[in-house]
Amino acid sequence: MPALKTSPLASYLAYLEQDQLAYQYSPQSGRAVFYPRLVCPFTGSDSLEWRVSKGRGTVYSTTVVHPQQGQPYNVALIDCDEGFRLMSRVEGVAPEQVRIGMRVAFRVHRPGGDEPPQPVFVPVEA
Amino acid sequence: MDGLKRASAAIVGVAESDLGQVADGMSVIDLMAQGTMRALDDCGLSLKDIDAVFCATAQARLSALAFAEYLGIDPPVLGSTIVGGSSFEYHVAHAMAAMAAGLCEVAVIAYGSTQRTVGRKQASQREINPYESPFKPFLPATAYALAAARHMHEFGTTREQLAAVAVAAREWALLNPAAWEKKPLTIEGVLSARMVSYPFTVRDCCLVTDGGGAVILTSAARARTLKKPPAYVLGCGQSVTHATISNMPDLTTTGALTSGRAAYQMAKLGPADVDVLALYDAFTINTVLFLEDLGFCKKGEGGSFVSDGRIAPNGALPVNTNGGGLSYCHPGMYGLFLLIEAVRQLRGECGARQVADCEVAIAHGNGGVLSSQATVILGTGATL
Repeated sequence: MPALKTSPLASYLAYLEQDQLAYQYSPQSGRAVFYPRLVCPFTGSDSLEWRVSKGRGTVYSTTVVHPQQGQPYNVALIDCDEGFRLMSRVEGVAPEQVRIGMRVAFRVHRPGGDEPPQPVFVPVEA
Repeated sequence: MDGLKRASAAIVGVAESDLGQVADGMSVIDLMAQGTMRALDDCGLSLKDIDAVFCATAQARLSALAFAEYLGIDPPVLGSTIVGGSSFEYHVAHAMAAMAAGLCEVAVIAYGSTQRTVGRKQASQREINPYESPFKPFLPATAYALAAARHMHEFGTTREQLAAVAVAAREWALLNPAAWEKKPLTIEGVLSARMVSYPFTVRDCCLVTDGGGAVILTSAARARTLKKPPAYVLGCGQSVTHATISNMPDLTTTGALTSGRAAYQMAKLGPADVDVLALYDAFTINTVLFLEDLGFCKKGEGGSFVSDGRIAPNGALPVNTNGGGLSYCHPGMYGLFLLIEAVRQLRGECGARQVADCEVAIAHGNGGVLSSQATVILGTGATL
């Protein structure tokens, strides 16, 4: 395995900066890999290809966090159509209105300051 | 691979340290030492007999070193595998393996936590995960809430059914003088409590207490020479399915399926042989998932299974008879207390909460966010 100049995380964030949700694809297993890493967890191979998601997915599970201070907010697990899952939140709808099975679309949230961009989702028509 | 040998070792001494809210300034190693001295007293051994030390805590990075230093011992076997709350069930298997290899004969497995007195933020260092932390999951509750939400979606499990787990735990706790919670709890009381991470209110979530303890494990031959009847280790199994909740393959099926199968196979027993269960109930959904995955009901039927008092005192299946992490004690890594209660039930030491004719017990540990599962099956001499 050669020395790397760019970490998997840095590559992922560079895609996000370009408004793209990137994941890895493992040719040997024919499966998507997420989070980005150096070794395929399905085959043990180190040949992983970067791909860009079409940005459509389905809510796999959802919860509303009720902090002791501040407003309730959504945390969800999203199954993207390419076959990978990530933690995110669904915006543009009240947190308790997010439903398992809801179709969602990716967009980038830029918190500003030193914080990197985040992949979030909004509901779309099924 | 031959694996571990059924009943080659036994737990002979068990004890809690001080629990609940301990004296100011107590360290986690103080609690480990206090638990160890009480557990040694429980079996009639002394510190000089110990030749293996296993321990885990969230509050000391090199806890085995700190504990060995504190006791002034240099044991040939030292282990501090830390996989969350199930660490101590892993330690049982590791201690047994070390004994089988001839490396040691008397192992202590110890735990301590002062998370209540020092505060949760002090007690466990927050780790940043760039793929999860930006979304501010309230961990671990949010992870288990996501599993519960999925279980409700797939199988129609209800919040009332989850609440029944908390109510049963509370009813058992009221029979345990050592339990933190002293007041009755109702389904409505669970549902109307402060919401934490939907579908969980604070009453679906484990306590935040201090506490610790120790168990002493030795060879079966030596165990038979000691003060109290041995609790033989009949079966062990472990499984790791993920570390972070976004990487759990199926939120409604845990590694308890694998760890349970391995433990049953080693024990040559099945769910129908089990008299009492100690299941790691950090959240109400845990008990439901583990009853399913350990074979006490079908997948998806856990919600109805726990309803109508089935796992409560006088129910058909005694689960978490000490009151569990929900109502007895939860210092952050609850797994050691599962072993302590299982042994006490097998010995018949549990007073008002004693299960009749108790020969086989399961202690099932869980760590991380449903991540590491470890099953230990214990039995009395009647099971040999």
